[in-house]
Amino acid sequence: MANVILKNFTKKFKDVTAVDNVNLEIKDKEFAVLVGPSGCGKTTTLRAIAGLEEVTSGEIYIGDRLVNDVQPKDRDIAMVFQNYALYPHMDVYNNMAFGLKLRKFPKKEIDQRVQEAAEILGIENLLDRKPKQLSGGQRQRVAVGRAIVRKPKVFLFDEPLSNLDAKLRVAMRAEISKLHRRLEATIIYVTHDQVEAMTMANRIFIMNDGRLQQSGSPLEVYKKPANKFVAGFIGSPAMNFIDSKIIKENGDYFIDAESFKVKLPQSFYSKISAYEGKEVIFGVRPEDIHDKKFFSEASPSNTLKVKVDVIEPLGAEVFIYLACGKHSLIGKMDTRTQVEVEQNMEVVVDMEKTHIFDPKTLLTIV
Amino acid sequence: MKKLISIFSGIPLHLVIITIALIWILPSVGLLITSFRSSADVATSGWWTVLQHPFNFTCYTLENYREVIIRIGIGKAFWNTLLITIPATIIPILIASFAAYAFAWMDFPGRRLLFVILVGLLVVPLQMTMIPILRVFNKLGLAGTFPGIWFAHTGYGLPLIIYLLYNFISGLPSELFDSCSIDGATPFQIFKKLVIPLSLPALASVTIFQFLWVWNDLLVALVYLGGTPDVAPLTVRISALVGSYGQDWELLTAAAFVSMILPLSLFLGLQRYFVKGILAGSVKG
Repeated sequence: MANVILKNFTKKFKDVTAVDNVNLEIKDKEFAVLVGPSGCGKTTTLRAIAGLEEVTSGEIYIGDRLVNDVQPKDRDIAMVFQNYALYPHMDVYNNMAFGLKLRKFPKKEIDQRVQEAAEILGIENLLDRKPKQLSGGQRQRVAVGRAIVRKPKVFLFDEPLSNLDAKLRVAMRAEISKLHRRLEATIIYVTHDQVEAMTMANRIFIMNDGRLQQSGSPLEVYKKPANKFVAGFIGSPAMNFIDSKIIKENGDYFIDAESFKVKLPQSFYSKISAYEGKEVIFGVRPEDIHDKKFFSEASPSNTLKVKVDVIEPLGAEVFIYLACGKHSLIGKMDTRTQVEVEQNMEVVVDMEKTHIFDPKTLLTIV
Repeated sequence: MKKLISIFSGIPLHLVIITIALIWILPSVGLLITSFRSSADVATSGWWTVLQHPFNFTCYTLENYREVIIRIGIGKAFWNTLLITIPATIIPILIASFAAYAFAWMDFPGRRLLFVILVGLLVVPLQMTMIPILRVFNKLGLAGTFPGIWFAHTGYGLPLIIYLLYNFISGLPSELFDSCSIDGATPFQIFKKLVIPLSLPALASVTIFQFLWVWNDLLVALVYLGGTPDVAPLTVRISALVGSYGQDWELLTAAAFVSMILPLSLFLGLQRYFVKGILAGSVKG
């Protein structure tokens, strides 16, 4: 098993820079997820690790070996593709055995490895079928099986669940996590789905516009986003951003957004004092907006008067779209909340959990 | 009621189609019947007179076929045609599949330019090339030999075959190639184990095209092989029949049917691929 290191990795396609100077270090046996919106360079990065794209500049190490000029087949990796890329003319057994046959493994060992992988994935009874006779979920398993029979150092997954329906996706998510524990292998997993990233990863690498924005454990990036992009990307529904100003009144700092004014907690003071009187972006996660009735720490300085625009009941929680003057907010609230559209209500912001961003650099201030 | 209307409303269409089909096959039917009639009958009455009593088998004869195959030597010509057609089909398709794969999936300098030149070659009229190539063949001693005509047909067939196969092979999903190279396949192994099996429908269709083209070719064979009976294919021999036996329609039609029999059975046998293959290049999936 092995770690994977990218040093100043840059990839250009003619004049377009797809990945710009990315540094990342994935530890041995780690489940690393590269996440970002479409076109952020995450798949290009993965393909470069696989050896399918040439490196424009920088270095890629797999298990402390520089692999820039090593052929994909000699990198000791296996990849699972978004559309599975099963060989349509071969049955499941041969799809899985193909890589081993090319490497001239003895027949007995091929047989044993394929059986073992099929057992892990529960596809023993499908071995003689052709890919077109399989359902999406089964194809997905075969694609994973093809990777695990090779027993590579590093597994690369390129959005493997995006072609599955929602229910199957949740099930496969858990299975891949289980598989990771069982195989004890390094996994690099690319997805645009932040829920997949949050639920499966040991460590998340968030990319945007070809740059690495932040890396850390799922909770770290959720609680301490490095910049506005990460804050908005991680979490669902996305964080509310409100253009506002920091003002100081009677020794206390406030966020002044014209339509409302809330008091910032003491713990923020040291970092925000330099921004007194300046424009900032105030960020609140939907889950930190509460119905006043069900939140104990309500006070005039953290309560907003709002009007209900839209209600989306999801059963276990309810999303309420709120209008507060010219601003609109989304709140993820307790299901006991009894409101109707167009009705006025009072909501409380959990100020300790809010964020403040610099509007120019978009970096996190608090 | 509705069903009834739909049946009746289909009748005019079907009548038109059946009429066109009948008109279309009428000449072939005439040829077929003539080839089974004696020379005296052919000289005195038209083939359609047979239709008055079609089951009177005394007016049919196999003599014409015996005559053309054994005495005139159409049998030998049939064999020559096979000797020309089979290599002249296999060689260009083999080369073209390598080339199409390389054009579609391998990176090499000048790939685009070469491909553009190749497609440009499609518009060069074959007749223009005959004199220069024949002169070269004469110098190399290839004129009048089977290898000579194999090369000629290979050259004439390659641009179109490469182009058709390129269209098909470049439409294969790129992930399959990525997956193959991660699995450890060399470019040649990818060609052998992935491209060839997946391109079978396209290969079948270009095989039929090339086979029919070479089988029916008269011009190229006449130019590069000449009229020597040793090497002359069916087409050359049949065209010669017209000259030397001006009036022998019954022999000519019998010879024509001998030459048609293989392409006809090939087409009927591989019809499925023929239709699929034409679509295969244009529609993905």
